[in-house]
Amino acid sequence: MGIIKTIKLTFDYIRRNEEGDVEGITTAVDDLTLDIQPGDFVAILGHNGSGKSTLAKHFNSILHPTEGTVLVDGKDTMDEDKVWEIRQTAGMVFQNPDNQIIGQIVEEDVGFGPENMGVPTKEIWERVENSLKQVGMYDYRKASPNKLSGGQKQRVSIAGVLAMQPKCIILDEPTAMLDPQGRAEVIRAVTQLNQKEKITVILITHYMDEVVGADHVYVMDKGKIAFSGTPREVFSRVEELKSLRLSVPPVTELAYELKKAGIPLPDGVLTREELVEEVSKLKKEGFRRIVR
Amino acid sequence: MSVKDCILIADHLTYVYGSGTERVVKAVDDVSFMIHPGEMIGLIGHTGSGKSTLIQHLNGLLAPSEGSVYYHGKDIHDNGFDRKTFRSKVGLVFQYPEHQLFEETVHKDVMFGPKNMGLSAKEADLRAYEALKMVGLEDEYFYQSPFDLSGGQKRKVAIAGVLAMRPEVLILDEPTAGLDPKGRDEILGLVKSFKEKQNMSIILVSHSMEDVAEYVDRIMVMDNGKLVYDDVPEKVFAQYKHLEEMGLRAPEMTYITDELRKQVFPSLPVVTTLQEAKEAILGTFLLDSGVSL
Repeated sequence: MGIIKTIKLTFDYIRRNEEGDVEGITTAVDDLTLDIQPGDFVAILGHNGSGKSTLAKHFNSILHPTEGTVLVDGKDTMDEDKVWEIRQTAGMVFQNPDNQIIGQIVEEDVGFGPENMGVPTKEIWERVENSLKQVGMYDYRKASPNKLSGGQKQRVSIAGVLAMQPKCIILDEPTAMLDPQGRAEVIRAVTQLNQKEKITVILITHYMDEVVGADHVYVMDKGKIAFSGTPREVFSRVEELKSLRLSVPPVTELAYELKKAGIPLPDGVLTREELVEEVSKLKKEGFRRIVR
Repeated sequence: MSVKDCILIADHLTYVYGSGTERVVKAVDDVSFMIHPGEMIGLIGHTGSGKSTLIQHLNGLLAPSEGSVYYHGKDIHDNGFDRKTFRSKVGLVFQYPEHQLFEETVHKDVMFGPKNMGLSAKEADLRAYEALKMVGLEDEYFYQSPFDLSGGQKRKVAIAGVLAMRPEVLILDEPTAGLDPKGRDEILGLVKSFKEKQNMSIILVSHSMEDVAEYVDRIMVMDNGKLVYDDVPEKVFAQYKHLEEMGLRAPEMTYITDELRKQVFPSLPVVTTLQEAKEAILGTFLLDSGVSL
């Protein structure tokens, strides 16, 4: 049984004019079925307007299906009595860290979730400590959030979700506003949570290089899954991704371009190390042999 | 190019936050540079390095604590300097500029700037039309509500709002944040076309080293309020160890070719873009094998 499961999920946005009359209906998610396994690191790619964020907002009961069903750890998101349980199971981190941090001090902010859940004070502090340690922000527990860098703020946001001890974290473009170091910090923190704590991670991003470590990648278009697979499978389909306004990681694209120019490299090269290894193999074998 | 050809000169700019208090922060610390017509400059630096404070000096939104900004040789903080006209000549596009759209129609929104400059309705109308054409928005959207457009389209409209004032210098703060890869290419391609077709000078503030490498002629690196590098991309990115200490990095292509140089092809040059990496690697393979593809 998947931790997050959608069955024929459809979501329509109804557009209204100033008088409140219906002007049109936009189907943002269209008859989508997927099943995310506990402990997986899942990435969702898709161009602006492809339906990724709308889909993600169904995973913790912010939005509810127009048609179909969403089950979070077996609980139907339409069941109003389960909303808080679902939000504790599946926590969400958004793009702009400044919109998510409310506390005046880091540890206060992180404690907000469990406090709101009615967790006893002693346990709140334990959870705050653990969560901050897990994202490498424990040293900043007494700091004021507005003194932190973007990457640090985003890690505090993640700690805030962790303090609710979720089984699953959904991150909707968590690095879009960060500098290179901030991006690396956030991806490293998320990867560790997945590997060490076995927390299911669902990462939505426009940066292709952030998803090469995922277990499974879904590519969305027009509210549907266009295709999916391992990063290597997905990033082997360079032209299809480009036609969907996406791309591949820089190293994958370089290998692809070299291959098109006649160098016999494999499809879906994902890392620098792989490319260096392949190129050095070719050099050793003697390039003469492989030239047409 | 000489000082005479410069559009903007920043001369020993320093900006101090909280002077007179216990916490004095030099957000910009003794920064000097010149901007010439038709240059496309990338401004990089980690969050809090002083980039945003610096660019706000370039169109007079902030006045320096020390130093001066000259526009065509005139100090912009002199008495009698026409700052209103100046602001239309140095256009600033903020982060997520689409959040500032407010008018009923796309066209009206873009007209706001020119009308504010005191231009006639007819002239403002013409400027808006011209600017919307420049960003490549199709006519069918001109009289729609900007709020019905996609994210990428909204951003183009917001940029058109600044273009309608016909700036000589266009400063964009993270214009591609939150856009999909194609959307990023579209916006940056557009910006480059302004430089090529109108000889506009562009300052691109970006966290994407890939984008900076691909599009700009010159990179300025800020760290701790200081201008640490001001040079062509190859030279700046060759210093990637130092960049990493500043919370930055080089483009992936620089790292890839660096590894290849260490392990496979010692003669590979320093590159920063995909095209350069491809040509360098292919060229080296050919030399190595003595065979043409």
